[in-house]
Amino acid sequence: MVAALKEDQQIVSQPLVQAPVIDLDGLSVRFGRRQILQDLRGQLRGRAIGLLGPNGAGKTTLIHTLLGFHEPSTGTARIFGMDIQNDTKPIRSIIGYMPERDAFIAKMSCVHFVRLMAELSGIPSEAALERAHEALFYVGLGEARYRKLDTYSLGMKQLAKLAQAIVHGPRLIFLDEPTNGLDPPARIRMLRLIREIRDSGQANIVISSHLLRDVEECCEEILILRDGRVATYCNLEEERRSNRKFLVLETRGDQPAFTKAIAELGCEYAVTSDHRVKVVLQEGTEIRDLYRIAGEHEVQIRRLNFKRDSLEDIFLKAMENGHGSL
Amino acid sequence: MAVYEHTYRRYAGPLTPDWSRFLIIPRHAYRDIFKSKLFIAFFVACFIPLLIEAIAIYLHHNVNALAVMKVDVKQLLPIDASFFEWFINFQAYLAFLMTMLVGPPLVARDLRNNALPLYLCRPFSRSEYVFGKMSVVLMLLSAITWIPQLVLFLFQSYLEGFSWFTSNLSLANAILLSSLAWILLLTLLSQTISALVKWRVAASAALLGLYLIPSVFGEVINQIFVTRWGSIISIDALRRSITSGLFGTFVESIRHVTDWDTGGVRDIVLLAPPVWVSWFMLFLICAACLGILSKRVKAYEVVT
Repeated sequence: MVAALKEDQQIVSQPLVQAPVIDLDGLSVRFGRRQILQDLRGQLRGRAIGLLGPNGAGKTTLIHTLLGFHEPSTGTARIFGMDIQNDTKPIRSIIGYMPERDAFIAKMSCVHFVRLMAELSGIPSEAALERAHEALFYVGLGEARYRKLDTYSLGMKQLAKLAQAIVHGPRLIFLDEPTNGLDPPARIRMLRLIREIRDSGQANIVISSHLLRDVEECCEEILILRDGRVATYCNLEEERRSNRKFLVLETRGDQPAFTKAIAELGCEYAVTSDHRVKVVLQEGTEIRDLYRIAGEHEVQIRRLNFKRDSLEDIFLKAMENGHGSL
Repeated sequence: MAVYEHTYRRYAGPLTPDWSRFLIIPRHAYRDIFKSKLFIAFFVACFIPLLIEAIAIYLHHNVNALAVMKVDVKQLLPIDASFFEWFINFQAYLAFLMTMLVGPPLVARDLRNNALPLYLCRPFSRSEYVFGKMSVVLMLLSAITWIPQLVLFLFQSYLEGFSWFTSNLSLANAILLSSLAWILLLTLLSQTISALVKWRVAASAALLGLYLIPSVFGEVINQIFVTRWGSIISIDALRRSITSGLFGTFVESIRHVTDWDTGGVRDIVLLAPPVWVSWFMLFLICAACLGILSKRVKAYEVVT
């Protein structure tokens, strides 16, 4: 017993190690005759990982399998190097889970509910109560924490679900459709909380969502699933870096001369309208060069924006192209 | 995640031992259950028969009281196996009523509100969940059945002397085993029904139906086929059989039947099912309940 206690403590107090957050090793899941997940492979290491895919792609099943709710039919996966089939309990002691559907215990005040969840995670009763209060203040339910959960609005229930997922201070948090049903202010608050947790560096986050914008705002890595397979893996941070030199210019003046000068600089360009030019800068070319040639040709640059492929573009490409891998 | 800091913070304090976590469920459940004044009144009322039993034992040994009452209580109410068995039987009915009050909402409420994933995504297994929910009922029923009965047995032993204690140790065994068998059966049945029927009132009605309908049906079988084997489908008959077997008061049934050939009435001896059959049936019911619970208590139901 003492050994188990020490082991648990050790797991909780370990710093974030270099093992991948999630290591998918040929993971397949089958329900009866239906193949839900098929041979998923890859390593995810980001602080915030987005799971994207159309309805029925297998996002929630993947999360449930990682949580140990479903047995893999073949293959396995590891969370921080721990096998999901053999180390279920140690894994569950370091994760938090916010389910998609309404999930709570009826006839309980919110603070009582969150405290119960903290105690079930192994926190002693007094400390659990303290952390329940802290978690509820953190998510913004401090004033409403003594109210019964049944009386909460949908947005408040979402926040209560987030509070129970983080009350025990997990290293990895699974958020399944965290912004579902939220009005714009509540959605903004939820995304801000997610970013805060991500930026604290204390926990990694996996967000499953079909709202591309939400994922784009929070995540560094994206795994797009289609028909139970990995359609695309995308490191958004790298994407952002690699597309830095893709510019959209809004100009007034002698555009043909200006675009000719751009070509002479060795840059690719495309004229998208009378006043708009897309430019891909080459190595050694700076933005100031664009201003210089614009000055030489008496062209005004009224607007200059960095552009990159949006997540929507990446997602749509993934849906068209079929299967990919990490 | 301190209130004043408003930052996310991991927990690095001590953890509770794994084995004790199932006890979190009854602790929180009792907070809810004992909020009801009606339940508290019923819980207190369950101790009245035990008080009467204690008074009977006391009077049995109080010479002054016997003299005042001018009755030979020792003759009127001997303290033996039948005495304890009667009270055990009475408490068994109260235990059933208490189970109807406490048992049905325990799992049903969690299933109705999709709470199981929240329990099971933590270092808390399905068996710990089931055991935790069962222990809510088990502890309450123990408090009104075998625990006070054993205390009264010790009280009687204290008043009667050590030789009575040693020669009647089998009674303590009977009190413990018969009560445990019954409360285990009630607990498993109530939790199984709770896992199957999400509506509390319907679950309570189903539990009552499970108690009454097989008893009536079994009695009909007994009457039609002139047998006692119909009782094996009645959980109350199983309990009585097991209890009387343990207390050593098990007897074959005698019934008066009409002899149609002569038109007269005659007694015939109907052999009741042996006690081991009752134990076997009890085992089968418990196994079936556990099987159903293991199917129903899952984080998510998979539709294939």
